[in-house]
Amino acid sequence: MNNLTQVFKKRKAFISFVVAGDPNFNATVAHVVALANAGSDIVELGIPFSDPVADGPEIQAADLRAFKDHTTTERVFEMVTAIREQTQVPLVFLTYINIVFKYGYEAFTKRCAELGVSGLVIPDLPLEEQDELRPFADQFGINLIPLIAPTSPVERIQKIAKKATGFIYVVSSMGVTGVRNDIQTDLKALIENIRQVTDVPTAIGFGIHTPQQAATMAELADGVIVGSAIVHQIASGSTRQHTDLALTEYVTQVRTAIDKVSIAQN
Amino acid sequence: MQETNHEKTENGRYGEYGGQYIPETLMTELQKLTAAYEHYKKDSEFQTELHNLLNNYANRPSLLYFAEQMTKDLGGAKIYLKREDLNHTGAHKINNVLGQALLAKRMGKTRVIAETGAGQHGVATATVAALFGMQCEIYMGKRDTDRQALNVYRMKLLGAKVHSVTTGSMVLKDAINAALQEWTQRCDDTAYIMGSATGPHPFPMMVRDFQSVISKESKAQILKAEKRLPDAIVACVGGGSNAIGSFANYIDNPEVQLIGCEAAGKGIETPLTAATLERGSEGIFHGMKSIFLQDQDGQIAPVYSISAGLDYPGVGPEHAYLAKTGRAQYVGITDDEAVDAFEYIAKTEGIICAIESAHAVAYVKKLAPKMRKDQIIICNLSGRGDKDVAAIAKYRGVNINE
Ligand SMILES: Cc1ncc(COP(=O)(O)O)c(C=O)c1O
Repeated sequence: MNNLTQVFKKRKAFISFVVAGDPNFNATVAHVVALANAGSDIVELGIPFSDPVADGPEIQAADLRAFKDHTTTERVFEMVTAIREQTQVPLVFLTYINIVFKYGYEAFTKRCAELGVSGLVIPDLPLEEQDELRPFADQFGINLIPLIAPTSPVERIQKIAKKATGFIYVVSSMGVTGVRNDIQTDLKALIENIRQVTDVPTAIGFGIHTPQQAATMAELADGVIVGSAIVHQIASGSTRQHTDLALTEYVTQVRTAIDKVSIAQN
Repeated sequence: MQETNHEKTENGRYGEYGGQYIPETLMTELQKLTAAYEHYKKDSEFQTELHNLLNNYANRPSLLYFAEQMTKDLGGAKIYLKREDLNHTGAHKINNVLGQALLAKRMGKTRVIAETGAGQHGVATATVAALFGMQCEIYMGKRDTDRQALNVYRMKLLGAKVHSVTTGSMVLKDAINAALQEWTQRCDDTAYIMGSATGPHPFPMMVRDFQSVISKESKAQILKAEKRLPDAIVACVGGGSNAIGSFANYIDNPEVQLIGCEAAGKGIETPLTAATLERGSEGIFHGMKSIFLQDQDGQIAPVYSISAGLDYPGVGPEHAYLAKTGRAQYVGITDDEAVDAFEYIAKTEGIICAIESAHAVAYVKKLAPKMRKDQIIICNLSGRGDKDVAAIAKYRGVNINE
């Protein structure tokens, strides 16, 4: 149907996340290209926000680094243009609703379409508030990727899932983003509830960092999302070349782990 | 508690403002909270218990005091002070905390968390948690734990754990971020006691209802004393809880002018301000669509005021609505004006009020002389000023050893 859904047809999807502008414009472009070339099926580009309430310390720090480089919404759009010169990897934006609201729902979604950004993940825009943005997203063919949480009851899960396009972001655990060693939510049941009402693919995120965890999650869902662990690589890389290598190596490891699941399940 | 359930508050909207812009993880909890509130609002046992606590524990009704010296000195309208500073714990915050904590208890919660700016809401929450035997954790920006050290220790005495928040600008908004994050982590046994008429629905409505006891009383008191309604109500506005509580029962009396006083800090034309309604623009933050101080990209601005309780870049959605419809007016009061008023009311009336409340007093000083002697102003004294004495001394260049 669309380029996001398509991705999940081939294999278990690996979705990487970076904050745009962390630590600067050119680095982000290089990182996204490296992540794509190493086997990310989708890259989520975070537009930094002053008060990222859904994010843990790792991504908060990345937002601060991006602001230090004077990252603005307009600059993020320019980054996408630069990224598009080197890769056609499907891109989605992850940001907070105020950024989109301020830019203007129509202008923002139109711009996404022009830039070839396929979807939006907005953690502080729950189902009940999506109606103000959805008409514009639909008009310009931008997927509103909903989040489903461990606290969402079955009825609500299915209500959200029925409206989903692109993919569904399954939040693995309570709390904010950040690496976790222990994910306790009954994700199997949660995903079965989604499956009863839609074929839109699911991807699990929040906390995943080891290839083993990614493989476990890929057994349950159609894809995995890795954010804080990638951001951590960027934070600890000494040079850009070093970071690009580290990212490539990391993605390759996770890719290999989840590809085994794809093969086993086929 | 007063039923001020205007049609416009349905679905948590005040015109276009309000809503529930909050991560999915909290949505179900907010819906449970809304349902519980709607239920207990009509539950007579709950209302009786709350009423008893307000009267017998928190010292309500608070006095409506005729400030004769101020009235004479300013030479215009008659000035009445609604003495929320005389409540137990020294501010209006207790009205709301008793309501929300009682609701939390009914919902089976055993732990409460809250943000605080000046520390008054934190103290009120810690107090009620102690009374109810609940665990309590308070989030407070590092800048505020520094300038309101007395309140930090009060909270600890009451058995609460105080987290000094070091992210962002380290003030009230950052404390709210941290408390919201904690709630996202743990909401099954934990209630978030919101300190102002802000945040996602149902908080603005609930806080307004719990605080509207202020205007319910003041209306009866002024009718008794003067046989008529006041001409103006003046209250300070941080997130807007004492102001909305002071306004609520007069909103449908258009002859009563409603005036909110925001913290202009060093001046509304400077970046060192917290005058949201004068300088802000529409946005969505902390779960609500409202007016915020922000840049053109929607990044929330660091704000400034001498008053930790007014140092917030947003305002509750009902105030945004009252401002937009013109039903209420909002004015900025600078640090200097507030400190002058703090000293003025101490000397004329023998009342040391909170620096937050002094913003309202400062506007009354400007307004009263322009009004006729047969007109009436009610000024809400939202809190007492013990917590501010050291900071004001410092502002005047006096260092006192606490
Ligand atoms: C005494 C006092 N007044 C006013 C405020 C401002 O809050 P609100 O606008 O919610 O009444 C505070 C907040 O800490 C306070 O302590």
